[in-house]
Amino acid sequence: MAVADITSPSEEIQETSSPSSGWGRKLLIAIPYIWLLIFFLAPFVIVLKISLSDVILARPPYFPNFDISEGWQGLLAMLQAFDLENYVWLTEDTLYLNSYLSSLRIASISTLLTLAIGYPIAYAMAKAPKEWRATLLMLVILPFWTSFLIRVYAWIGILKKEGFLNYFLLWTGIIDEPLMILNTDTAIYIGIVYSYLPFMVLPLYAVLEKLDISLLEAATDLGCSPLKAFWVITLPLSLSGVWAGCFLVFIPAVGEFVIPDILGGSSTIMIGKTLWVEFFSNRDWPVASAVAILLLLMLILPIILFQKQQEKQAEASQ
Amino acid sequence: METLVNTQPVCKFAPWEDPAQEPLVRFENVTKKFGDFTAIEDLTLNIYEREFFALLGPSGCGKTTMMRMLAGFEYPTSGNIMLGQNNLQKAPPHKRPVNMMFQSYALFPHMTVEQNIGFGLKQEKTAKVEIKRRVEEMLSLVQLEPFAKRKPHQLSGGQKQRVALARSLAKKPKLLLLDEPLGALDRKLREQTQFELMNIQEQLGLTFVIVTHDQEEAMTVASRIAVMDHGKIVQVATPAEIYEYPNSRYSADFLGDVNIIEGQIDVTTGETASLAWAEGEIPLAISTKLRPQAGTTTWIAVRPEKLRISKDKPANADNCIKGEVWDIGYTGNISTYHVKASNGSILKAQVSNREHLADRPITWEDTVYVYWEKGAGVFLDA
Amino acid sequence: MTRFNWFNTTTLTLGFAFLYLPIILLMIYSFNESRLVTVWAGFSTKWYQSVFFNESFINAAWVTLRVGFISASVATVLGTMAALVLNRAGPFHGKTLFTGMIYAPMVMPEVITGLSLLLLFVSLDFTRGFWTVTLAHITFSMCYAAVVVSARLVTFERSLEEAALDLGCTRFSAFMQVTLPIIFPAILAAWLLAFTLSLDDLVIASFASGPGATTLPMKIYSQVRVGVSPEINALSSILISVVAVGVVTASLVTKQAQVKRMKEERLAISSN
Repeated sequence: MAVADITSPSEEIQETSSPSSGWGRKLLIAIPYIWLLIFFLAPFVIVLKISLSDVILARPPYFPNFDISEGWQGLLAMLQAFDLENYVWLTEDTLYLNSYLSSLRIASISTLLTLAIGYPIAYAMAKAPKEWRATLLMLVILPFWTSFLIRVYAWIGILKKEGFLNYFLLWTGIIDEPLMILNTDTAIYIGIVYSYLPFMVLPLYAVLEKLDISLLEAATDLGCSPLKAFWVITLPLSLSGVWAGCFLVFIPAVGEFVIPDILGGSSTIMIGKTLWVEFFSNRDWPVASAVAILLLLMLILPIILFQKQQEKQAEASQ
Repeated sequence: METLVNTQPVCKFAPWEDPAQEPLVRFENVTKKFGDFTAIEDLTLNIYEREFFALLGPSGCGKTTMMRMLAGFEYPTSGNIMLGQNNLQKAPPHKRPVNMMFQSYALFPHMTVEQNIGFGLKQEKTAKVEIKRRVEEMLSLVQLEPFAKRKPHQLSGGQKQRVALARSLAKKPKLLLLDEPLGALDRKLREQTQFELMNIQEQLGLTFVIVTHDQEEAMTVASRIAVMDHGKIVQVATPAEIYEYPNSRYSADFLGDVNIIEGQIDVTTGETASLAWAEGEIPLAISTKLRPQAGTTTWIAVRPEKLRISKDKPANADNCIKGEVWDIGYTGNISTYHVKASNGSILKAQVSNREHLADRPITWEDTVYVYWEKGAGVFLDA
Repeated sequence: MTRFNWFNTTTLTLGFAFLYLPIILLMIYSFNESRLVTVWAGFSTKWYQSVFFNESFINAAWVTLRVGFISASVATVLGTMAALVLNRAGPFHGKTLFTGMIYAPMVMPEVITGLSLLLLFVSLDFTRGFWTVTLAHITFSMCYAAVVVSARLVTFERSLEEAALDLGCTRFSAFMQVTLPIIFPAILAAWLLAFTLSLDDLVIASFASGPGATTLPMKIYSQVRVGVSPEINALSSILISVVAVGVVTASLVTKQAQVKRMKEERLAISSN
C-alpha cells in the first residue's frame, strides 16, 4: 500500500522561496551585479553611442556628447545628433561586406571540417576501454590549458614554404614543388580546426559516452549491419552533441583575430582582423565601433539558437 | 496487521484526550502557498509532549512542507505555529529549539563522525569538554563508539543513519523532526531501526515528529498518525483507531487493505443500519451508534481479514454475498480471494494459510459465499 | 570488455598526432643550434639562455604573472559570488539580465570585449596600463569562474546547508563552515582557469593595455609577426611544459584521491 512516488518531494523543496536574509543577500547580489554593469554592459552602451557619432576628433569625447545638466533636453539633443553615417559608410565600402561574408564562409567551412575530424575522435574515445577514457579525455583538454597564441604560432614552422610539411612531402616524393600553404585560407582552416578541436570533441564525447550500448545490440539483433546501426541509431542520438560542438566552434571562429592574422595572408580578410586594423592602424574608432555592433548582431542568431539547444538538452536530461 | 493493532503501551499514554494538557506544538489555521499552488490549507493541529507523531500521506500531500515549516525552512503564508508559548512565525532555523534528521542524512562529508555530532553544540559555543562528553554520550546511544574518527563515506548506510540521528539529538531539541528517516535502508534493517527509534524516543523522553509515506512504518512507531491529502489533514488518531475506524474512504484506503462498498441507507432499527448496495441483493447490516438518514448515499469499509469465505452458504451470517472467485493472491502467510459479486464489484477476503497449499479447497471460478459480522463494517463520512 | 579495434586505434593515433605534433616539433626545435627552423644543426640550450637574459621577456612575464594572480583572485571571489547569486539568492528583479551578463562574455568575440573595455577606460579617463588590463581580465574571467563554481553548486546537496542552519548556523556561517569547504576544489579549479585565461589572453590585453604594461602574449605576438624565432620556441616550450606538468599532476592527484575514496566506500559497505 505504501505510495512509492518519489518525484514530488523534491519538487516541493525546489519551489521554496527560502527566507531571505536581508542585507547579506542584497550585498551578495549587488557586488557582482554592479561590477558587470560597469565593466560589461556600460562599455557596450559606449560602443553603441560611439558607432552613432561623428569623427570630429581622433579622441573622445565624441560628438554628440550628453550633457547631464541639460536633463531631458540634453538627451533629446544628443539623440537627434546621432546618425547612421558610420553604418552607411560600412555598406559603401565593399571591404566590410566582404569581411563579414568571408568570416561567415571561413567559420562555416572550418566548423564542418572540425566536425568531420572531431566526430571520429570522440567516437573512438567513447568506444575505448573504460580505464583509458579518463586519460584520453585529459589529453584532449590539455592543449586547451596551453597558450592559444603559441599553438597557432607552432603551425608557422610547419606550414611555411621551407617548413616541416613541405620538407616531409618533398622527401617522400609526393610533391616536386613546395606547397604554398601559409598565408592562404587553407592555413586559416588548419589553424581553426586545430585550435577549436577540443570544443568539438568534448560535447560529442559526452553524448557518445552516455549512449546505451544495448540500443546498438538491439538494432543489430533486429537485423541492422553495424554501419547501418551507426547511421540509424548512433548518429541521430548524438545530434545534440553535434549541434553543441558546431556552435562552440562557429561562434568564436566568426570573430577570430589571432588565426587569420598569424596564419592568413593579406588577401584573406576576416571581420575580427578588419576591426583590429580599423582600430589600431586607421584609428577610426567610430567605424570600428560600428563594425563591432554589426558583428554582434550577426552573432546574436547563432547565440540564441545555441542557448535554445542547450535548454532543450537540459530539459531532456532531467 | 492484527499484531500491530495490539502494540499500544499497557500504561495508557494519551495526552490528547486530556483537556488540561497544553500541547507542545500548535498549528493554528496555517496556510502555505508557493505561488499559485497551495501546499497547506487552513490546517489546525496539536502535538503533545513526548508524542511520537507521524505525518502520513503520499508525496505531494504537504507533509514535508509541514515539517519544513516546523524547522524554519519555510514560513507559513498565514496562520501561526506555536511551540509551547513561543510563536515561531518568523524565527530563522538556527533560533529554534527544533532539530531535524534529513532524509538524505545530510552528513557533512568533510567532517568526521565526531565533528558531525558535535557541530550543533559548537555553534552554541559550548565548552570543548562538554562537547566531548556529549558526543561520547551520543556515540554510545547509537552504538558507534569505534567509528568516531571516520568520515561519512567510510560508513555503511545504517551507520550513516545512526550518525544523523545522533547529530540531531546532540542539542537535546524540544522537538525532533524525522524526514523519511528510514527510507534509504533495506527492509530488514528498517524494521530493526524502527524499534531502535522508539526505544531512543522513550529513553530520552523527547517529542518526535516523523514524516513518512510508509503506512506500516507509521503504524509501528507512532503514538498518533495524521493522514494527509492535498494539504489537508484527513484524520488524526492512534494507529489502531485509524485502522479500525477510518473516517473516510481516503484514510481507510491509505492504511491497509480495504473493501469499500457504496450504497443507500435503507432503514435504521436500533443500533443497526441497513445499506442497499445492489439490485436484487439483500441489504447489508452495519452496527452504528449514529442514526443515518434513510436514502442518503454512503460508503462502508470492511477489512479483508474480517471477511470469511466458504463454498457452502453459511447459516445465520449477518451479511452474506454470493460470488465467483475471480483471482487468488497467494503471499505465503495469507491468501487473498478476489470475489466478484453479482453487480460486478470485487470483494477481497483474506484467509490465513494455516493448512497446506495442496489442501486449499477453494479455487478459480468456484461459486463462494463471502460473509461477515455486522460489527465489522464501518460507515465512512466521505 | 571493450577493446581497441584497428579503426579506433588509427583514429586516436592520428587525432592525437594532429593535436600534439606541432607542439612537440616546436619543443624539439627549441633545442636547435641553428636559427633556421627546419634544419637541425645540433643540440643546444643557447636559446633558453637568451630567453632568461632577455630583459623584455622577463619584464613581460612578471607583468603577466602579476596581472594573472590579481585578476584570477578577484575574479574567483566575484565569480563565486555570482554563482551563489545564480543558484542561491532566489528570484530578484533583473536576474535575467544578470544571467545574460554572466554567459555573454564567453561567447563574445574577444575583439568586441577588448574594444568596448578600451572605450570605457577612455571615457572614464583611466590611464591605460597594468590596472586596466587587470580590470579587463577580472571581468571576463569572473564569468568563467562563475560557471565553474555554479556547475558545482547545482549538484551540491541543499540539505547539507539546511542541516547546518538547523544545527544553529547563520546563513553566513553555514556557508563558511559547510558550503565553502565542500565546493573548495571547484573554487580552486575556477582560480586556475581564470589564471590560465589571463596568462593566455592577447586580444583583450592589447586593447586594454597601455605603454609600460606589455604582457607576455603581447610580447610574443609582436615577435611572431616578424616570423619564427628559436627564442620564441624556447619561451613557448617553457610555458607549455609548466602548464602540462601542472595539469597532469593535478589530474593524477585527483585521480588518486578518487581511487582511495572508492576503496574506503567499498570497505564501509562490506564491513556493515
